[in-house]
Amino acid sequence: MSAVNTTINKRMEAATRRNKVHPLKMVLYIGLASLVMMFIALTSAYIVRRAAGNWLEFSIPGIFYVNTLVIIASSITLHFAYRAFKREAAVAYKSLLTVSFVLGIAFLVMQYLGWEELAAQGVPLKINPAGDFVYAISWLHALHVVGGIAALAVALVFAYAIRLRKTPARQLRLELTITYWHFVDVLWIYLIIFLSLQR
Amino acid sequence: MATAVLTTAPLQSDEALIEEFGYDDHFHEHHHGDKYQSNFVSHYIFSQDHKMISKQFLITGMIWAIIGGAMSLVFRMQLGFPEESLAWLQPVLGKWISIGPDGVGVLVQDFYYALVTMHGTILVFFVLTAGLSGTFSNLLIPLMIGARDMASPLLNMLSYWFFFISGTIMFASLFLSTGPFAGGWVAYPPLSALPQAMDGSGAGMTLWTISLVLFVVSVLLGGINYITTVLNLRTKGMSMWRLPLPIWAFFVTAILGLLSFPVLTSAFFLMMLDRGIGTSFYLSDIYIGGAALDHVGGSPILYQHLFWFLGHPEVYIIILPAFGIVSEVLSVNSRKPIFGYQAMVFSILAIAFLAFIVWAHHMFMSGINPFIANFFVIFTLIIAVPSAVKVFNWIATLYGGNIRFNPASLFAIGFVSMFISGGLTGIWLGNSALDIQLHDTYFVVAHFHIVMGVAAFFGMYSGVYHWFPKLYGRFMNETLGKLHFWGTMIGAYCVFWPMHYLGMAGVPRRYYSFDSFQTFGHFDGMNKFITIAALITFGFQLLFVINYFWSIWRGRKQMVKNPYQANTLEWTTPIEATHGNWPGKLPTVQRWAYDYSKDGIDFISQVQPTMEGESVEH
Repeated sequence: MSAVNTTINKRMEAATRRNKVHPLKMVLYIGLASLVMMFIALTSAYIVRRAAGNWLEFSIPGIFYVNTLVIIASSITLHFAYRAFKREAAVAYKSLLTVSFVLGIAFLVMQYLGWEELAAQGVPLKINPAGDFVYAISWLHALHVVGGIAALAVALVFAYAIRLRKTPARQLRLELTITYWHFVDVLWIYLIIFLSLQR
Repeated sequence: MATAVLTTAPLQSDEALIEEFGYDDHFHEHHHGDKYQSNFVSHYIFSQDHKMISKQFLITGMIWAIIGGAMSLVFRMQLGFPEESLAWLQPVLGKWISIGPDGVGVLVQDFYYALVTMHGTILVFFVLTAGLSGTFSNLLIPLMIGARDMASPLLNMLSYWFFFISGTIMFASLFLSTGPFAGGWVAYPPLSALPQAMDGSGAGMTLWTISLVLFVVSVLLGGINYITTVLNLRTKGMSMWRLPLPIWAFFVTAILGLLSFPVLTSAFFLMMLDRGIGTSFYLSDIYIGGAALDHVGGSPILYQHLFWFLGHPEVYIIILPAFGIVSEVLSVNSRKPIFGYQAMVFSILAIAFLAFIVWAHHMFMSGINPFIANFFVIFTLIIAVPSAVKVFNWIATLYGGNIRFNPASLFAIGFVSMFISGGLTGIWLGNSALDIQLHDTYFVVAHFHIVMGVAAFFGMYSGVYHWFPKLYGRFMNETLGKLHFWGTMIGAYCVFWPMHYLGMAGVPRRYYSFDSFQTFGHFDGMNKFITIAALITFGFQLLFVINYFWSIWRGRKQMVKNPYQANTLEWTTPIEATHGNWPGKLPTVQRWAYDYSKDGIDFISQVQPTMEGESVEH
């Protein structure tokens, strides 16, 4: 019987390739894939519409490029916040998390200034789909940044309210937050490259 | 080494096998169940248990099917019997029935379009997407792969409640004084993008859009869960190649939904901007009452591309779960392994892939470049290949089988019939040249109703009859079930078969009346016939509803765990459903799901290890 059992166990191991990614992380990754599809749809619509002519050519306001640096900076500080969390360095963790949060807010404010500048340089809403696409795409992105800021706010409340201890549950929660934030960051990099190359 | 005697009992009981080889995840030491089922509200309403959520999806879907179906009867009566008075419907429809000076009540024309639009929206999204995939993915994924529940029970609960809110909003739109949206379920601009375009385009369209955006959220929350559960929570031994076919189908369906529904959201996002703040993504050079509107430079074709990028995968989101259910039911009820298991999986994958590159065949007559149309024709026709593989395998599974004719297997066989009939006309419609004559006619109506409407319903019925014991621990009445089957099978062909002839003669769909077309005059009788057939077929569906609710409380009780002598894991769980599905250890899987009539043994459960002297293993 034991010999039979051993062969069964071996076969079971061979047949079992259990994914080691935590289910909630998998949930997030798959959710992000659907968000990617949403933005791919919008940028494809942009290309299709542009090819149809009657398209206003203009350059993207410089503030959007500066803002790209802001959101990249927030990702970097968040990454160091995560490393501080792993070493349980409470002060560094709290301050780096706060800086990332503030940079996130700054990104939104500067996006708003960017829209104002775009309108000021002669491309307000409803002039031409070329401008409307820039507004629509960056609005939808900003909406997702708001979601990321909400997640960061929750992390911030936890950071200040509870003494820092590296428990698996807290680490998972932080990792989910950070993954999402890096996602909106990378998404913006894609969008800004797309919008500048499509001029 | 086949022996002559067929054993009907398993060699060793499933409980003993699970106890011996099972995997102990210490689930029941943590009182997980309390959180979900401690009181009435958390048990029946805001339930996080996949089996309860499955029932919620199914019953909500049934309510919507009755509403959507009844709508089709109303417009069919107007179409088939325009001279008969519909005044008796006034207590329900109110001002949408207008009574002329001669006392004859007719359906108001605008409301006719609203009914057609709502019928399509409700059936496609609420019944055949949420009601089919929502019900069976929730019920079967954890049970068949050996999981305690979904990866995220919370998101699963939210998935249902987003669907519920979405449905409530759509329902509310029926009661607007301007009526619900009436521009067709595809919501093409400008009818959808201009609030002043027609009555339903104002508040009706606003509610329609909000409802569908919430519906997309529901589909995504559900789909994310299904995919994660299949990838992460399979029990030990359950490799992908040992998954029962329904699970493959639900898995691929969820991937399709996940990649296509966000595109619809993007389309709606731009639509909302056009409606709300007056941008011109979809609108250009429009005159209303002689006055030009501000919109310049938009393209309605852009919306069609975005919509059909969802819309075509959507038809496979509807039909793939039915594929999976039918494969399982046919195999169990013919006591044979499914023919060509791997071919079945690869054909599902092939269909899913092709689903994304054929969307423009819905737009052949919208003015797209004929050279681009060629590309879409070819890929559309290629879909016939994996579809034919599936049909061949289903028939080969039945061939020489010891078939049990019960309602589940009858509906599964009926599904194959419908899929062939409707699929063949798909090969006609896939040709852009034939589309010049056939587009927007009743030929199209006949095609998609048979291949994805009736066929998907057949898959759903088959699944409900088959897995009813897993939902309620009882069986549905078999005689009523068979009556339901024959009524529906014959009735559905009577409704949709004649429509092919209407379509070939060029009768356009969506028209309120054909009074002014003499050439279609001789179809009056056929239209009457279709309407009568539709009324009778709908009556047979009520038989199903009665049978369903009667059987919940009065149906024959399930006395044994595995009444169908099936191999899959859901039949190793207790008759009385518990939270966590298995009372003790999780079963481990030792073989594939289709060892029927093997080596002279009637069936071998997936938890049964390889036996001495057993032939080729899977």
